[in-house]
This record gives sequence, structure tokens and C-alpha cells, in this order.
Amino acid sequence: MNRSPYLSSAPSVSVIMVKVMLALVPAIAAYVWVFGAGILVVLALASITALLCEALMLKLRDRPIKPFLMDGSALLTAWLLALSLPPLAPWWLVVVGTFFSIVIAKQLYGGLGYNPFNPAMVGYAVLLISFPVIMTHWPAPLELAEAKLSFANQLQYIFGTSDSLSLDAVSMATPLDYLKTQLTLHHTVQQVSLAPQFGMLGAKGGELVVAAYLLGGLYLLQQRLITWHLPIAFLSVLALMAGAFYLLDPAHFAHPLFHLFTGASIFGAFFIITDPVSGPTTPKGKLVFAAGIAVLTFLIRVYGGYPDGVAFSVLLMNMCVPLIDAWTQPRVFGHVK
Amino acid sequence: MSSLLNIVKQSFGLGAVAVSGGVHPPDHKHESTTQAVGQLPLPHQLTLPLRQHVGNLPKVLVKVGDYVLKGQLLAEAEGNISAAIHAPSSGTITSIEDALIPHPSGLPDRCITIALDGKDEWIAHAPIDWRKLETEQDKSKLLEGLRSSGIVGLGGAAFPTQVKLRTNAKSSVDTLVLNAAECEPYITCDDMLMRERADQILKGLEIAQHLLGAKQCLIGIEDNKPEAAEAMRHACANSPLSKLVPLKVVVVPTQYPSGDARQLIRLLTGIEVPADKRSTDVGLQCFNVATVLALHRYFDFGEPSISRIVTITGNVQKPANYEVLFGTSVADLVQAGGGALADTDGYIMGGPMMGFNLPSVSVPITKASNCVIASAPNLFPSAPPAMPCIRCARCADVCPVSLQPQELYWFAKSSNLEKARDYNLFDCIECGCCTYACPSNIPLVQYYRFAKSEIIAQDRAKEAADLARERNEFRLMRIDREKQERAEKHAQKAAGAKAEAAKTEATSATEAPEDEAMAAKKAAIAAAIERAKAQKAAAAPQNVVDAIPSVQAEIAEIDARREAAKQSVTDAIATNDAQEEK
Repeated sequence: MNRSPYLSSAPSVSVIMVKVMLALVPAIAAYVWVFGAGILVVLALASITALLCEALMLKLRDRPIKPFLMDGSALLTAWLLALSLPPLAPWWLVVVGTFFSIVIAKQLYGGLGYNPFNPAMVGYAVLLISFPVIMTHWPAPLELAEAKLSFANQLQYIFGTSDSLSLDAVSMATPLDYLKTQLTLHHTVQQVSLAPQFGMLGAKGGELVVAAYLLGGLYLLQQRLITWHLPIAFLSVLALMAGAFYLLDPAHFAHPLFHLFTGASIFGAFFIITDPVSGPTTPKGKLVFAAGIAVLTFLIRVYGGYPDGVAFSVLLMNMCVPLIDAWTQPRVFGHVK
Repeated sequence: MSSLLNIVKQSFGLGAVAVSGGVHPPDHKHESTTQAVGQLPLPHQLTLPLRQHVGNLPKVLVKVGDYVLKGQLLAEAEGNISAAIHAPSSGTITSIEDALIPHPSGLPDRCITIALDGKDEWIAHAPIDWRKLETEQDKSKLLEGLRSSGIVGLGGAAFPTQVKLRTNAKSSVDTLVLNAAECEPYITCDDMLMRERADQILKGLEIAQHLLGAKQCLIGIEDNKPEAAEAMRHACANSPLSKLVPLKVVVVPTQYPSGDARQLIRLLTGIEVPADKRSTDVGLQCFNVATVLALHRYFDFGEPSISRIVTITGNVQKPANYEVLFGTSVADLVQAGGGALADTDGYIMGGPMMGFNLPSVSVPITKASNCVIASAPNLFPSAPPAMPCIRCARCADVCPVSLQPQELYWFAKSSNLEKARDYNLFDCIECGCCTYACPSNIPLVQYYRFAKSEIIAQDRAKEAADLARERNEFRLMRIDREKQERAEKHAQKAAGAKAEAAKTEATSATEAPEDEAMAAKKAAIAAAIERAKAQKAAAAPQNVVDAIPSVQAEIAEIDARREAAKQSVTDAIATNDAQEEK
């Protein structure tokens, strides 16, 4: 019997997933610092829902439950979705989104390794289209909030036990959202960015979370869990697009650094578009894929109907993956292209 | 930080990159290099498989009961690509029958068994003058002699060496590469060979250079063998070869599979041998160190290939290297290595990346056996159950030939064999890097081996079907042709009868001259032929009218050929008939 090679060096799928979750920890800590501990409840809700949905679907599909629950992929999807949601999202929103991610986007397509679309982004897109108001109401960072929310208050929001607390009282338009609406009112970018929610580069408070994502992303690179192609191509094309528009008309287009440090740019660059299952595999393909997402994201942000566009861009580019892979096959040793 | 820099460098294709892709498994070489190459005690019997090389099975020259001397030819090379087999020691042939051989299939194959008499008595042998190489005849004589040397590539591929030393105008060798990379973990036979017999290797290299007319020689050694590299440098400095041609020891970074001939050639020369060509087509030839040493033994001493150095390592008491006669059982070698430890669960022949499990410890050492590893669960734990592919492309990152293993896996798994071929499945060298790097523990190489054998089987079946179809078409054509010929013959006869009738009539009426009757007959025949032709033209297939020009040309050509053939047949029949008439 020839079963060589007899050696293996690879980290298992679960180790990879756990390391990616580890890379998310600084950002979660920053989240707690900026928005309060409510996010931890959202994360827990998403995690439990994901594991239950995954187990149920595996059972229905007659697949072994333990190895697939232990691979950590469902948990990671849950975390990525939870971190995309507003920190005070109501519990049912979290559950519905996670259900869609795991049951529809992942398991119905065949489970781990077979989903053509990024599961977390499918869940996110479903929620954004179905519940746009809740999804775009982000609570103000604690330092800007008029009334500091205690953890108990946050729980009340999440579980909807208190009717007296209106979300409007504590929420604030995100800089991307605010910029978009204000520009339609003929304000210039410079005037708009004087608003309190703007920080040095992106959103006040949000910048810290973004920095933490960047840190986690560098860890992923260092651990060789992702290659440089996706984040670098995505961020540089986004910066180039934003830079070109900014140079043409600085009054109506935000600075490229603003685009890099607000919204889901950094989070997406390192954690979302790097999902291997739904992404391309060739080095050149990765560049094309990331550049496509960057262009679409910028266009949706500037001309589209939503403040941010990473989720939709990722899903749109997911559709192109088979084509991208087929067109970007590397030259094989000893072959001329 | 340096690792990050390396990632950037490799990604941009900058800097001293070893092989593109490749992996760094722990090399486990020091265990078996602590003691000098040992000599195995003479065993009681040797089992020599006839198939120890790539190519045709050699022709057996001896029979059971024959007494043979050490070095005596037992089976001679048959056909172009084949290798001879010699008796590694003196004794009596006890059987020529199927026995277990070291092969991944675990199937038995034809073997010659010799009961040794312990005298180890040599047959008469003498050095061969390889320097005399003035004419083509000299060279072909040397190469012809080499056919009976039994020398094959000792790096593991076991390709007959005499074939690789043949050169012609189209494939002249400019650079001779000596492969001393020994990139697989655990294996140290070449390392020890270089440490102890560097001078002899250089003598062999001199012969290979001389026969090939190479203009430079490069010796590639991985940097985890500094002692061997030093020994080779020293030997190079002392070798007369260094005065003839540029001769260089090149130390390459340790990175599996840099010892693959094409990979090593690119590492040393920067030349990427095209996939559809041989290295000699681009002026390169590559030999393993042990192979050229065998050339030295053959030419300078007249000794054929009867032994090699084999590493015994892994889960044994005393890992080491031994000079082993071909046909010695693996069990004898394991014993020499101090015996296997208690938890040994099997034996691997070759390295842990490309080797295979031995069906039994009684199988013999052959020309292709470079290493035997006693395996144990703690050394080579069995892989956990495979998970689905998550398309992480680690396999693609480590593939030394830049394939997309994850795509090939997908195609192989779904039996989409055509697609697998399109994605260059046959460029896969089965080095195992992809499996080594797979987080989902998918036995990728097994899938590729399966897909390759399936494709080969399909191709064979298709070839057979094509042949059968061609035969059938030809048969139908022949039947058709015979039918037409018969028809024509009938027409001719009928016309002849008519003319005869006309002639009788004419003669009775006017006593016309003979030649006039002949002319009438001829005219009648011509008319009949004309009629037949018109008939045939009308019956011409209608579906070819709209065919594209190239196809029409082809059809025209075929028709012309058919017509010519028919004509010759008609002619022959005509002459025949004429003779009969006479």
C-alpha cells in the first residue's frame, strides 16, 4: 500500500479556526471598551445559535456531528456575523442572522468547504435588507453618549425587556452614514467631518476597534493563515479609488484614509474577504477578487443606497470566483503559459 | 520578522528562493550518520527480482540448478530500455519463480533465487578502457557493453543508465548535473557515500563527463550535509576532471523536493526543462552520485552492479548505512540495524514523503532501494480522518510544479478526468508536499495516483476501441470493394458476350475483318465501364458536399487512393483474364 507521505505538518482545520478567533480577541476587547460589554452577549447568542443550527443540520443531513462541530467553522462564522452587527442588536436579530448564515448559506450548500458565498455576509446581507433601520442604528460610543449605558441597560436593549428605552436615544449615525446623508444636503466633507462622531481618521472610538482588527490581521499574516494578496490588494485599490476621487473633488469625496479606517474596511480586508472556502485560490485570482471588492465597496459607499458596501461586494465577487480561478491559473513548471 | 520578509520575497519572486513551493519536514538524518558504512554479513540466499528497473523485463540466461559466480550475468537487457541482472555472490540457482518484491502493489513478481555457497567467488572480470573514444564505433561499443553492466539510476528512479549516456546530434549534453541533494528525510545513503567515497564518485563523474562530452559539471548538495559537501569539494580539487572542465560543488538550501532532477537542474542552472521535453533536449543530463560511482566500478574494475548502500533507520536500535548485496532480505538489514524496537508496526521503503509500505520484511533489497525505515505510531502517526477541503490553497503554495492541487482533488474526486488532465495532472511528481501541508488531512497524492491510472486505463481502452473500429471500417470497405469488383467483372463478361454475338452476326453477314470485330468489342467494354462509373458517381455520398474544404480535400485524397487501388486490382484482373483467354 502506498499511502505516502507519512508526515504531516499542517495545523488542523480547527486550529486554523481557533487562531482566527484568537486574532479577533483584541478587537472584541476594544469593542467592550468603546461600546460596553453588550457585544459579549451578542457574541454568546450568535455562538449558541450557530452551534445549535449546525448540529441540527448535521443531524438532518446524516453527517457526523462531533468532528464538524469541533472544526470551529460555525463558531467563527457566528463571531464574524456578531461583530458585523450593531452592538445592541436585539436578540432575535442575532438569531435570525446566524440561522441564515449557518442553515441557508452553509449547510444547505453542503456544509464546510462547499458554500459558494461567505456565510457571515449572507446572514448580514439578509438582515440589512430586511431590517435596515435596526441594522444602521449603531449606539454612540460610550464617551459620546449622553446617557452612559450600564451593562444592565444594554441587556435590556438586547432582550427588549424595557420599552421605555428607545434606541434613538442612545444611537448615533455612523460617520459613513452621516457623511452620506449630509452630502446630499450640500454640505462639504470638511464641514461634515466636524461632527462629534468623527475621530482622527475614522469614527471616534471605532478607530480603536479598527486598530485592533489591524493588529489581529497582522497576526494572521504572521501565522501564515492568510496571504498578503487579499488584504493588500483590497486596501490599496480602495485607497487608490478614494484617492483619485478625493483629488478630483475634495469637497464631496472623503479622504482615502477615512475610507480605510471607517466601516468594515480593515475588518473585511483581514477577516471577511479572506474566507478561503468562498474565495479564489490562485495568487493572481486573489488580487483580482480583492480589487473587485474594493471597487464595488467604494461605489456602493459613494453612490449606493447603503452606507457601507463590503458585504454586498463580497457576495457579488463570490459569484465570480469560479471564473477568476479558471482565468488566473498559474504557469505550471516547464510549461509556457 | 525574517519569516515575514521571506514571505514578501517569495511572493514577489525575489531573493534566493530554493524551489518554488516545497516543504521543510524534520530531516532525521543525524541518527543514521553516526557510524561508518557497514558491510552486511553474507546471507544464505539472495532473491533477485527481474524487475528492478524501469523498462523491459530482462531475458533470463540461467536455469534452476546452475552454479553461478559472483558478477555472472543472470539475465540480459532486452530491448532499448532494460537492464541486466547479475549474481551478487556465488552459489546455486534454486528457483526462478514469482515471489514477493518491494513494490507498492504488494504483488509477487518473477525472481531468481540463489542459495549462496559462502565462497563469494568472482567471475573473471577486467577493467574496460573508457578513455579511447575516437570514433563513433568506440562509443557505441562502450555503450553496448554498458548494457550488460546492470547499472540503473540509484537515486530511486532506477532508469537504465546506458540509455541516459546515449547522445546524438539532437541531444548533446552541455552540462552534467550530479544529484547529491538527497532531499527526503531519513535517507542518508548518498550523504555517507560522499563522506567516505568522494574520490570514487569523482572518478565515475569523469567517465560520465567523458562519455557525454559535457562542458561543465555541477554537483548539487543540500546545505544539511556540510561534511559531504566538504568531502566533495576536496575530491573535486584533487580530481583531474577539474583541469578538463569547470567543476563546481553547489550547496543549495535544504528544501524538499530539491532532489527532483528537474527541480535541481533549475536550482543549479536556472533552466526550466520544458514539461514535454527531456533534460537532454536542453543540453542537460543528471545522475545520482551512487550511479556514477557504479560507472566507476564497472569501467575501472569490470564489476557489474551487484550492491548498493542502503540506510536502515527509524524505529531500530542502531540506525546506520550498509553496503547491501541486491537480493538480501530487508529482515537481514533490519537485523544489522540492531533489530526493530518493540512498537514497530511496519517497514517503509524509501523516504517518508514518497516511500511505500513493504508487504513483508522478507522482500529483497533491489537497485531502487535506498532506505528502509522501521515505522512506529510515534514516528508516523496515522492521519486523522479527512475533513472537507476548505480551499485554503496551502497545497498550491507548496506545490513545486505550481499545480493547483485543490482543483485536481476536486476533479479526481468527481471523476472529472478530462478536466484533471487539462489542469496538468500528469505534471504532478507525486512528491507529497500537498498532502503534507493539508489542514484537512486529505490524502491528495492518492487521489492523483488514482486519477492518473484511471486516465491511462481509459486511454488504453480508447486506443483499443479505435483500433477495432478502424479494422471494422476497413473490413466493410473491403467487402464493398469486392462487391463492386464482382459487379464490374459481370458487366465485362456480359459486354463480351454481346460483342461475341454481334461478331457472329457480322461474320455471317459480311465476313468483316477480324480487327473490326475487336474494335467493336473494345467499344462495348468501354461503354460498360462508362455506365458503371456513372452509376457509382450517382451513388456518391451526399453528406460530403457541404463539408469544409479541408475535409473535402481529405475525402478527395482518400477517393483517389481508393481509385488507384481499385485500378491496380482491375488491371491485375484484366491481365489475368487476358492470360486466361490466351
